[in-house]
This record gives sequence, C-alpha cells and structure tokens, in this order.
Amino acid sequence: MNTFIEMLQYPFLQRALIVGILISICAALLGVSLVLKRYSMIGDGLSHVGFAALAIAYAFNTAPLMVSIPVCLVAAFFLLRLTENSKIKGDAATALLCSGALAIGVMTISLTQGMNTDVCNYMFGSILAMSREDVYLSVALSIVVMILYGFFYHKLFAVTFDEQFAKATGIKTNWYNMLLALLTSITVVLGMRMMGTLLISSLIVFPALTAMRVCKRFFSVILLSGILSIAEFVSGVYISYVFSTPTGASIVIVDIAVFMIFALYRRLMK
Amino acid sequence: MPLITCEGVSFAYEGKQVLNNLNFQVNKGDYLCIVGENGAGKSTLVKGILGLKEPESGRIAFEEGLKPTEVGYLPQQADTQRDFPGGVFEIVLSGRLNSRGIKPFYSRTDKEIAMENLRALGIEDLKKKCYAELSGGQQQRVLLARALCATSKLLLLDEPVTGLDPKMTSDFYSLVRELNEHGITIIMVSHDLAGALTNADHIIHLGKSSHFFGTLDEYRESSLGKEFLGREV
Repeated sequence: MNTFIEMLQYPFLQRALIVGILISICAALLGVSLVLKRYSMIGDGLSHVGFAALAIAYAFNTAPLMVSIPVCLVAAFFLLRLTENSKIKGDAATALLCSGALAIGVMTISLTQGMNTDVCNYMFGSILAMSREDVYLSVALSIVVMILYGFFYHKLFAVTFDEQFAKATGIKTNWYNMLLALLTSITVVLGMRMMGTLLISSLIVFPALTAMRVCKRFFSVILLSGILSIAEFVSGVYISYVFSTPTGASIVIVDIAVFMIFALYRRLMK
Repeated sequence: MPLITCEGVSFAYEGKQVLNNLNFQVNKGDYLCIVGENGAGKSTLVKGILGLKEPESGRIAFEEGLKPTEVGYLPQQADTQRDFPGGVFEIVLSGRLNSRGIKPFYSRTDKEIAMENLRALGIEDLKKKCYAELSGGQQQRVLLARALCATSKLLLLDEPVTGLDPKMTSDFYSLVRELNEHGITIIMVSHDLAGALTNADHIIHLGKSSHFFGTLDEYRESSLGKEFLGREV
C-alpha cells in the first residue's frame, strides 16, 4: 500500500492512471459489442493503422491525435462494412490492413531524419507518452465515448444481438455500426501510446471475454467488464512500477491471469 | 389495395440469378406460405421483402402506411447467436426499438407491450431467464415475442419450425394461426409442406424454371402443386 501511495506522487503516473482508467472503461464497454459481433481483431487492425498515422504525423510535425483519429475512423468503418458484401472476408482484410499499415509506419520512421523515438516505444507503449495536453484531450474524448455509449445503449444492444432483425424492422443499423467504429477508433488511438500498438487490443478483448465467463446478461457483462478492466489496469501499472516492467505487457499479464481464474471458476461451477 | 405488391422481381448473387421474374400480392390478413426446393430463393425473397437485399430488377412496394418500422421478423434460428449473454426481457423489449426513434430509453408502454407479448406466447415465467440457457423451442418463442413487439401488422417467419419437435411444431402453428386470426398478416417460408398446406390460405411455390402464386385450392390443382404434392405426400 505504501508503494502505491509513493507511486501516486509522480505526476506522470497520476496522468497515466487517470487516462488509463478512462480508456480502460471505454475499451471494456465497446469490447463486449465487438467480441459478440465477432470483431475481436478490429482493435489490432486499428492500432496498426494508428501506428502508421502517428509515424506520419510525427514525420510532418503535426498533432498526432488529430491525424490518427480520422485515419483510424476511416479504417474502422471500412473494416466493419466489409462483412456485408465483399470478396475479401473481414479476417483477411484485417490481416492485410495490419501488416500493410505496420510496413508504412516503419518505413516512415526509418526515412524520417532526426527522429529519435524508438520503434519499440510505439510497439509496446510507454507510460511516459502522456503530455498534459494529451491528458485533457483523452479525458474529454473518453467521457464523450461513455456518454454516447450510454445514450445509444439499447440500440447497440439490438445491433449486437441481431443486426438483421434490427435492420429489417427499420433500425438504421449502418448508422450504429458507424458509431461503434467511431467510438472504437477514438478508444484505440487514445490507448495505443500507453499500451502499445501490439497490446492495445487486449484492453478491448480480455475484460469482455473474462466477464462473459460468469455473467449471462448483457448489462452485467458490461458492468463486470468495466470493473475488471479498471482493476486489471491499475494492478498492471502497479506491477510495472514495482518490478520496472513495461506497462502494457504487465497489464496483459494480469489480464491473462484473471481470465484463467474466471475460466477455471466457470469450469468448476458446471 | 394490397399490403405488398411484388412486380417482376429478380434476385441475383454476384451475377448468378436465384429468382427470376416473380409476381405476387399480399393482402391484409393473408396467410402466405412460401415453399420450394432448396436453393430456389425462398430466404432471398424474405430478405428482399424486408429490404435486406435489393432486387436486381422489378419492384417490391409496400402499401402506403406500412413502414419498415411496422414489420416483424423471425429469422432462421441459425442466424441468431444462441449463446448470447442477454436476458429474455431485454431481447423481447428490443423489438420495440423501431418505434422509439432517437429516444434513448424505453417507456412504460414499451415495457407493457413486451409483457403482453410474453403473456400471449405463454412465456412470462421466462422473463427473468437468460437467453443462452433456454431450449431451442423457448428461444424461438422469445424471438417471436420480439417480432410481435415490432409489429401489429405484418410478420415474416423464415423456416420457423426447423429444429422443433412435432409437439412444439404443432403448438407453433396454432400460435401463428391465432395471430393471423387477430388480423396480423403472415408470410412464412417453410420446408414443412404439410404444415404449410393446413394453415396457409395463399401459396408461393418457387420452382427451378417457373413459379406459382395463388390460393391454396388453386395450388392443389396446379401442375407444379400436383407434382410437388404427389411426391411429398
């Protein structure tokens, strides 16, 4: 406990905790819908696109978030639309997008003169990545994500459970899919610098899947998923502080452990 | 004026035609059954009526006053997520969404209508249950209750009795017949010809080369009907 209080003395850790907790909640909320709609890989695809966008933004000296959010939004929309009617299936398209965007990002970084940032920092994230302005923007955007999610909760439920029915009965499902894409891309871009390109999708997938082991109702899955997400994030940061391990990886290790405990619990209960 | 008019409608998947030049009308209070061989385009036709798939040519017109938000739909069981973490009541209630517009939350009336439909289908005791824990027949009733929440005019049922045992099947048919007697127009796709013939008053038969549309009696007399029935019964 003393270490935890000591940890809170550092301003950069305070920032990381505030932003991280908010992003964890957003990711957990959206994760439930994404996992159930079989879009679990979308976080991965988007974070790679976000990586390329960030690299390009740095190369041209523009504001990173302002470039990567719209780029990710376009990619997200493209990925969500794919399942409807196309020759390339969603999973293949995600794979294409992942490696393609990664290559563009790495090329941009290697061609840019005078860029000191380590590629590794992008890939696995850094808790030091948050500046003061980033914090304000992240806090504002994650609150927007949560409000929109709450406002459209019932619609997102319907579109997640049975999109065909929703569409057939006159719900504008395209609109809500787009909303889901928008919220997901904001969350991924905000979270990826702390969690890393390769690890951000864990925030989306793990809490939702873990909560689904024990909860049987949509709302309780969402609630538990959010609580787990915060707890996992804070313990991950704590472990990372105590053992000087990378933040993103520490959080994912906690995610895995909690998931295994819940999976075991469910098996024993049966 | 008919509720639905379908004129010279054709459907195609990636250039391959599955349904060619179909004409029919559905009037208020009809009980229409769509039969035909596998791959004849039955489900495609339902998707077309629901506006989920654009016809390649021809047109499907709704009577004025029938909006897409007034249609109820019972999808094939295989199309829904059987292990979905959802409560029965929230799923049934989601049928009311199409009348909510932009408003984010359900009203008391919505909840009452959902409750009425649960009662009408005899599944009020399932209200607090989880969807994933129900049997196939119970899930079917939950989805039907949801469809009833979405409409009081037109109900489309896509292969509703697949996977139900004979007792559940006959219960299901009498339920649908009762709804029909209360004035709801029924369009049902079915493999189960016997069930279709005892319940429906109009038949669409989608054949490989020709289609039939007419009343049940006309169907029994038609060459397509005689051939199909002779083989099945």
